[in-house]
Amino acid sequence: MTSNATCPECDADVNIPADAMENELIACADCGAELEIISLDPVELELAPEVEEDWGE
Amino acid sequence: MRIGILITHIRAEEKLLITAFQERGVEPDIILDRDLNFNITAGPEQLAPSGVPWQAYDLIMERSVSTSRGLYALAILNSWGINTINRYDTAATCADKLRTSVALAQAGVAQPATRVAFDPDTTLQALDNLGYPAVFKPVTGSWGRLLARVNDQDAAEAIIEHRQTLGDYNHHTYYIQEYVNKPGRDIRAFVIGDRTVCAIYRTSPHWITNTARGGQASNCPVTPEIDALCTAAAKAVGGGVLAIDLLEDADGQLLVNEVNHTMEFRNSSAPTGINIPAEVVAYALSQVRVTA
Repeated sequence: MTSNATCPECDADVNIPADAMENELIACADCGAELEIISLDPVELELAPEVEEDWGE
Repeated sequence: MRIGILITHIRAEEKLLITAFQERGVEPDIILDRDLNFNITAGPEQLAPSGVPWQAYDLIMERSVSTSRGLYALAILNSWGINTINRYDTAATCADKLRTSVALAQAGVAQPATRVAFDPDTTLQALDNLGYPAVFKPVTGSWGRLLARVNDQDAAEAIIEHRQTLGDYNHHTYYIQEYVNKPGRDIRAFVIGDRTVCAIYRTSPHWITNTARGGQASNCPVTPEIDALCTAAAKAVGGGVLAIDLLEDADGQLLVNEVNHTMEFRNSSAPTGINIPAEVVAYALSQVRVTA
Protein backbone atom coordinates (compact mmCIF):
# COMPACT_ATOMS: atom_id res chain seq x y z
CA MET A 1 0.00 0.00 0.00
CA THR A 2 1.33 3.41 -0.88
CA SER A 3 1.56 6.21 1.65
CA ASN A 4 2.26 9.90 1.58
CA ALA A 5 4.75 12.22 3.19
CA THR A 6 5.67 15.85 2.88
CA CYS A 7 8.60 17.03 0.83
CA PRO A 8 11.08 18.77 3.16
CA GLU A 9 12.05 21.08 0.31
CA CYS A 10 8.72 22.31 -1.06
CA ASP A 11 6.03 20.93 1.28
CA ALA A 12 4.31 19.02 -1.53
CA ASP A 13 2.81 15.60 -0.90
CA VAL A 14 5.23 12.84 -1.86
CA ASN A 15 3.90 9.44 -2.76
CA ILE A 16 5.83 6.62 -1.10
CA PRO A 17 5.59 3.42 -3.18
CA ALA A 18 4.43 0.25 -1.51
CA ASP A 19 7.79 -1.44 -2.10
CA ALA A 20 9.82 1.50 -0.78
CA MET A 21 12.79 0.72 1.45
CA GLU A 22 14.47 2.68 4.20
CA ASN A 23 17.43 4.66 2.85
CA GLU A 24 16.04 4.53 -0.66
CA LEU A 25 16.30 7.62 -2.80
CA ILE A 26 13.15 9.02 -4.36
CA ALA A 27 12.36 12.24 -6.17
CA CYS A 28 9.71 14.81 -5.28
CA ALA A 29 7.38 14.99 -8.26
CA ASP A 30 6.69 18.68 -7.60
CA CYS A 31 10.11 20.24 -7.08
CA GLY A 32 12.37 17.44 -8.29
CA ALA A 33 14.38 17.37 -5.07
CA GLU A 34 16.16 14.10 -4.41
CA LEU A 35 14.97 12.71 -1.09
CA GLU A 36 16.04 9.87 1.15
CA ILE A 37 13.50 7.80 3.02
CA ILE A 38 14.92 7.89 6.53
CA SER A 39 12.07 5.93 8.09
CA LEU A 40 9.04 4.06 6.79
CA ASP A 41 7.04 3.81 10.01
CA PRO A 42 6.38 6.62 10.42
CA VAL A 43 7.45 7.91 7.03
CA GLU A 44 10.24 10.43 7.35
CA LEU A 45 12.01 12.09 4.45
CA GLU A 46 15.20 14.12 4.32
CA LEU A 47 16.93 15.88 1.48
CA ALA A 48 19.44 13.47 0.01
CA PRO A 49 23.07 14.49 0.47
CA GLU A 50 24.67 16.53 -2.31
CA VAL A 51 26.82 14.62 -4.77
CA GLU A 52 30.44 14.63 -3.65
CA GLU A 53 33.52 14.60 -5.83
CA ASP A 54 34.27 10.96 -5.12
CA TRP A 55 30.79 9.68 -5.89
CA GLY A 56 30.36 7.40 -8.84
CA GLU A 57 30.88 3.95 -10.20
CA MET B 1 24.58 -17.89 4.70
CA ARG B 2 25.00 -14.27 5.74
CA ILE B 3 25.46 -11.57 3.13
CA GLY B 4 25.87 -7.84 3.73
CA ILE B 5 25.45 -5.03 1.21
CA LEU B 6 27.45 -1.93 2.01
CA ILE B 7 25.70 1.15 0.67
CA THR B 8 25.62 4.92 0.89
CA HIS B 9 21.91 4.81 0.15
CA ILE B 10 19.62 2.62 -1.89
CA ARG B 11 19.51 3.51 -5.58
CA ALA B 12 17.83 1.54 -8.33
CA GLU B 13 20.82 -0.81 -8.60
CA GLU B 14 20.94 -1.65 -4.90
CA LYS B 15 17.20 -2.27 -4.82
CA LEU B 16 17.49 -4.61 -7.79
CA LEU B 17 20.36 -6.48 -6.12
CA ILE B 18 18.50 -6.82 -2.83
CA THR B 19 15.50 -8.18 -4.69
CA ALA B 20 17.72 -10.59 -6.63
CA PHE B 21 19.21 -11.90 -3.39
CA GLN B 22 15.72 -12.33 -1.92
CA GLU B 23 14.69 -14.27 -5.01
CA ARG B 24 17.55 -16.65 -4.25
CA GLY B 25 16.34 -17.04 -0.67
CA VAL B 26 18.94 -14.75 0.89
CA GLU B 27 17.94 -11.71 2.93
CA PRO B 28 20.99 -9.46 2.87
CA ASP B 29 21.84 -7.13 5.74
CA ILE B 30 21.88 -3.49 4.65
CA ILE B 31 24.94 -1.75 6.05
CA LEU B 32 25.11 2.01 5.66
CA ASP B 33 28.59 3.41 5.14
CA ARG B 34 27.63 6.44 7.26
CA ASP B 35 27.27 4.04 10.23
CA LEU B 36 30.71 2.46 9.90
CA ASN B 37 32.90 2.84 12.97
CA PHE B 38 35.85 0.50 12.64
CA ASN B 39 38.33 -0.22 15.39
CA ILE B 40 41.39 -0.74 13.24
CA THR B 41 43.43 -2.48 15.92
CA ALA B 42 40.65 -4.88 16.86
CA GLY B 43 39.68 -7.78 14.65
CA PRO B 44 36.69 -8.98 12.72
CA GLU B 45 34.98 -10.14 15.89
CA GLN B 46 33.83 -6.55 16.42
CA LEU B 47 30.26 -5.79 15.54
CA ALA B 48 29.16 -4.37 12.22
CA PRO B 49 26.46 -1.67 12.35
CA SER B 50 23.98 -4.49 11.73
CA GLY B 51 24.81 -5.84 15.20
CA VAL B 52 26.46 -8.92 13.74
CA PRO B 53 30.20 -9.58 14.06
CA TRP B 54 31.95 -8.81 10.80
CA GLN B 55 33.48 -12.28 10.81
CA ALA B 56 29.99 -13.80 10.62
CA TYR B 57 29.57 -12.51 7.07
CA ASP B 58 30.23 -14.91 4.25
CA LEU B 59 30.37 -12.00 1.84
CA ILE B 60 30.10 -8.22 1.82
CA MET B 61 29.00 -6.70 -1.46
CA GLU B 62 30.39 -3.18 -1.64
CA ARG B 63 27.95 -0.82 -3.36
CA SER B 64 28.85 2.54 -1.82
CA VAL B 65 28.37 5.43 -4.18
CA SER B 66 31.12 7.09 -2.15
CA THR B 67 34.30 5.72 -3.64
CA SER B 68 36.48 6.66 -0.67
CA ARG B 69 34.17 5.06 1.89
CA GLY B 70 33.88 1.92 -0.18
CA LEU B 71 37.61 1.63 -0.75
CA TYR B 72 38.60 2.08 2.87
CA ALA B 73 35.93 -0.33 4.04
CA LEU B 74 37.20 -2.93 1.59
CA ALA B 75 40.78 -2.38 2.73
CA ILE B 76 39.80 -3.07 6.33
CA LEU B 77 37.47 -5.97 5.61
CA ASN B 78 39.95 -7.71 3.33
CA SER B 79 42.70 -7.23 5.93
CA TRP B 80 40.48 -9.22 8.27
CA GLY B 81 40.05 -11.96 5.69
CA ILE B 82 36.45 -11.11 4.94
CA ASN B 83 35.27 -12.02 1.47
CA THR B 84 34.10 -9.02 -0.55
CA ILE B 85 32.88 -8.14 -4.02
CA ASN B 86 34.87 -6.52 -5.32
CA ARG B 87 38.22 -7.07 -3.67
CA TYR B 88 40.07 -4.01 -2.42
CA ASP B 89 42.95 -4.41 -4.86
CA THR B 90 40.57 -4.47 -7.81
CA ALA B 91 38.54 -1.54 -6.53
CA ALA B 92 41.64 0.54 -5.79
CA THR B 93 42.95 -0.02 -9.31
CA CYS B 94 39.63 0.80 -10.94
CA ALA B 95 38.99 3.86 -8.78
CA ASP B 96 42.13 5.49 -10.16
CA LYS B 97 42.24 5.97 -13.91
CA LEU B 98 46.00 6.27 -13.90
CA ARG B 99 46.42 3.00 -12.04
CA THR B 100 43.89 1.40 -14.38
CA SER B 101 45.94 2.53 -17.38
CA VAL B 102 49.09 1.08 -15.83
CA ALA B 103 47.36 -2.25 -15.20
CA LEU B 104 45.99 -2.37 -18.74
CA ALA B 105 49.40 -1.50 -20.18
CA GLN B 106 51.08 -4.22 -18.14
CA ALA B 107 48.57 -6.72 -19.48
CA GLY B 108 48.90 -5.50 -23.05
CA VAL B 109 45.25 -4.47 -23.27
CA ALA B 110 44.51 -1.89 -25.97
CA GLN B 111 43.68 1.58 -24.62
CA PRO B 112 43.82 5.15 -25.91
CA ALA B 113 47.24 6.79 -26.02
CA THR B 114 47.69 8.18 -22.53
CA ARG B 115 50.23 10.42 -20.89
CA VAL B 116 50.71 11.61 -17.34
CA ALA B 117 52.51 14.75 -16.19
CA PHE B 118 52.63 16.76 -12.99
CA ASP B 119 53.84 20.18 -14.08
CA PRO B 120 51.98 22.69 -16.28
CA ASP B 121 54.79 23.16 -18.81
CA THR B 122 55.43 19.42 -19.01
CA THR B 123 51.72 18.83 -19.46
CA LEU B 124 51.75 21.10 -22.50
CA GLN B 125 54.67 19.07 -23.86
CA ALA B 126 52.70 15.90 -23.21
CA LEU B 127 49.77 17.36 -25.13
CA ASP B 128 52.09 18.14 -28.04
CA ASN B 129 53.23 14.53 -27.90
CA LEU B 130 49.62 13.32 -28.06
CA GLY B 131 48.37 15.92 -30.48
CA TYR B 132 45.13 17.89 -30.35
CA PRO B 133 42.30 17.35 -29.64
CA ALA B 134 43.03 15.66 -26.36
CA VAL B 135 41.10 14.92 -23.21
CA PHE B 136 41.88 15.87 -19.62
CA LYS B 137 40.46 13.52 -17.03
CA PRO B 138 40.67 13.64 -13.26
CA VAL B 139 42.37 10.47 -12.03
CA THR B 140 39.44 9.88 -9.71
CA GLY B 141 35.87 10.68 -10.57
CA SER B 142 32.91 9.32 -12.41
CA TRP B 143 29.77 10.11 -14.35
CA GLY B 144 31.72 12.20 -16.84
CA ARG B 145 32.53 14.88 -14.29
CA LEU B 146 35.36 17.30 -15.02
CA LEU B 147 36.27 15.79 -18.36
CA ALA B 148 37.62 18.41 -20.71
CA ARG B 149 38.27 18.05 -24.41
CA VAL B 150 40.84 20.58 -25.52
CA ASN B 151 41.15 21.36 -29.20
CA ASP B 152 44.22 23.57 -29.03
CA GLN B 153 46.92 24.91 -26.72
CA ASP B 154 44.86 27.96 -25.72
CA ALA B 155 42.17 25.74 -24.28
CA ALA B 156 44.75 23.50 -22.62
CA GLU B 157 46.43 26.44 -20.93
CA ALA B 158 43.06 27.56 -19.56
CA ILE B 159 42.25 24.13 -18.14
CA ILE B 160 45.70 23.83 -16.58
CA GLU B 161 45.52 27.28 -14.99
CA HIS B 162 42.08 26.56 -13.55
CA ARG B 163 43.19 23.23 -12.15
CA GLN B 164 46.36 24.70 -10.66
CA THR B 165 44.41 27.56 -9.08
CA LEU B 166 41.12 26.00 -8.09
CA GLY B 167 41.85 22.32 -7.69
CA ASP B 168 43.42 20.44 -4.82
CA TYR B 169 46.52 18.33 -5.32
CA ASN B 170 44.51 15.58 -6.98
CA HIS B 171 43.89 17.91 -9.89
CA HIS B 172 47.60 18.65 -10.27
CA THR B 173 48.13 15.18 -11.67
CA TYR B 174 47.50 15.63 -15.36
CA TYR B 175 46.13 12.46 -16.89
CA ILE B 176 45.56 13.14 -20.56
CA GLN B 177 44.49 10.96 -23.43
CA GLU B 178 44.22 11.19 -27.16
CA TYR B 179 40.70 12.12 -28.23
CA VAL B 180 39.21 9.05 -29.85
CA ASN B 181 36.86 10.10 -32.63
CA LYS B 182 34.28 7.47 -31.88
CA PRO B 183 31.12 7.03 -33.97
CA GLY B 184 28.71 8.91 -31.68
CA ARG B 185 28.66 6.11 -29.17
CA ASP B 186 30.75 4.02 -26.86
CA ILE B 187 30.26 0.53 -25.52
CA ARG B 188 29.68 -0.51 -21.95
CA ALA B 189 30.22 -4.18 -21.32
CA PHE B 190 29.41 -6.01 -18.11
CA VAL B 191 31.91 -8.60 -16.99
CA ILE B 192 30.95 -10.92 -14.17
CA GLY B 193 33.69 -13.31 -13.20
CA ASP B 194 35.20 -14.57 -16.44
CA ARG B 195 32.21 -13.80 -18.69
CA THR B 196 31.06 -10.76 -20.58
CA VAL B 197 27.37 -11.21 -19.87
CA CYS B 198 26.07 -8.36 -22.04
CA ALA B 199 26.90 -4.95 -23.43
CA ILE B 200 25.17 -1.75 -24.44
CA TYR B 201 25.91 1.04 -26.83
CA ARG B 202 25.68 4.44 -25.20
CA THR B 203 24.74 6.85 -27.95
CA SER B 204 24.87 10.61 -27.63
CA PRO B 205 25.37 13.65 -29.85
CA HIS B 206 27.76 14.87 -27.14
CA TRP B 207 31.29 13.47 -27.01
CA ILE B 208 30.62 12.44 -23.39
CA THR B 209 28.34 9.43 -23.73
CA ASN B 210 27.77 8.41 -20.09
CA THR B 211 24.14 7.54 -19.41
CA ALA B 212 24.48 9.87 -16.39
CA ARG B 213 25.01 12.60 -18.98
CA GLY B 214 22.16 11.61 -21.26
CA GLY B 215 23.63 8.80 -23.35
CA GLN B 216 20.94 6.45 -24.66
CA ALA B 217 21.33 2.71 -24.05
CA SER B 218 20.74 0.07 -26.72
CA ASN B 219 21.86 -3.52 -27.05
CA CYS B 220 25.37 -4.21 -28.27
CA PRO B 221 25.94 -7.80 -29.29
CA VAL B 222 28.89 -9.31 -27.42
CA THR B 223 31.22 -10.35 -30.21
CA PRO B 224 34.19 -12.64 -29.57
CA GLU B 225 36.40 -9.55 -29.94
CA ILE B 226 34.46 -7.61 -27.30
CA ASP B 227 34.43 -10.59 -24.97
CA ALA B 228 38.15 -11.22 -25.33
CA LEU B 229 39.06 -7.57 -24.76
CA CYS B 230 36.72 -7.12 -21.81
CA THR B 231 37.69 -10.29 -20.01
CA ALA B 232 41.35 -9.38 -20.53
CA ALA B 233 40.69 -5.91 -19.09
CA ALA B 234 38.84 -7.38 -16.13
CA LYS B 235 41.66 -9.82 -15.48
CA ALA B 236 44.20 -6.99 -15.71
CA VAL B 237 42.57 -5.14 -12.82
CA GLY B 238 42.01 -8.23 -10.69
CA GLY B 239 38.59 -9.42 -11.81
CA GLY B 240 35.19 -9.46 -10.16
CA VAL B 241 32.00 -7.64 -11.10
CA LEU B 242 33.02 -4.90 -13.48
CA ALA B 243 31.76 -2.58 -16.19
CA ILE B 244 34.22 -2.05 -19.01
CA ASP B 245 33.87 1.04 -21.19
CA LEU B 246 35.13 0.64 -24.74
CA LEU B 247 35.76 3.15 -27.50
CA GLU B 248 35.73 2.35 -31.21
CA ASP B 249 38.39 4.35 -33.03
CA ALA B 250 38.20 5.53 -36.64
CA ASP B 251 39.68 2.22 -37.83
CA GLY B 252 37.14 0.23 -35.86
CA GLN B 253 39.68 -0.92 -33.29
CA LEU B 254 38.30 -1.32 -29.79
CA LEU B 255 40.07 0.43 -26.93
CA VAL B 256 39.42 0.08 -23.22
CA ASN B 257 38.55 3.48 -21.84
CA GLU B 258 37.64 2.75 -18.23
CA VAL B 259 36.90 -0.07 -15.83
CA ASN B 260 34.25 0.56 -13.18
CA HIS B 261 34.14 -1.46 -9.98
CA THR B 262 30.74 -0.35 -8.60
CA MET B 263 28.85 -0.53 -11.83
CA GLU B 264 25.48 0.98 -12.55
CA PHE B 265 23.16 -1.09 -14.70
CA ARG B 266 19.61 0.15 -14.20
CA ASN B 267 19.24 1.04 -17.88
CA SER B 268 21.00 -2.01 -19.26
CA SER B 269 18.92 -5.09 -18.45
CA ALA B 270 15.98 -4.01 -20.64
CA PRO B 271 17.88 -3.41 -23.92
CA THR B 272 20.12 -6.47 -23.49
CA GLY B 273 17.49 -8.88 -22.19
CA ILE B 274 19.95 -10.00 -19.53
CA ASN B 275 18.92 -9.90 -15.89
CA ILE B 276 22.13 -8.25 -14.70
CA PRO B 277 21.32 -8.19 -10.96
CA ALA B 278 20.45 -11.89 -11.09
CA GLU B 279 23.77 -12.58 -12.81
CA VAL B 280 25.65 -10.57 -10.17
CA VAL B 281 23.90 -12.37 -7.33
CA ALA B 282 24.50 -15.79 -8.89
CA TYR B 283 28.20 -14.93 -9.12
CA ALA B 284 28.24 -13.65 -5.54
CA LEU B 285 26.67 -16.83 -4.23
CA SER B 286 29.13 -18.93 -6.24
CA GLN B 287 31.98 -17.00 -4.63
CA VAL B 288 30.63 -17.81 -1.18
CA ARG B 289 30.61 -21.47 -2.07
CA VAL B 290 34.09 -21.24 -3.56
CA THR B 291 35.60 -19.62 -0.49
CA ALA B 292 33.59 -21.46 2.18
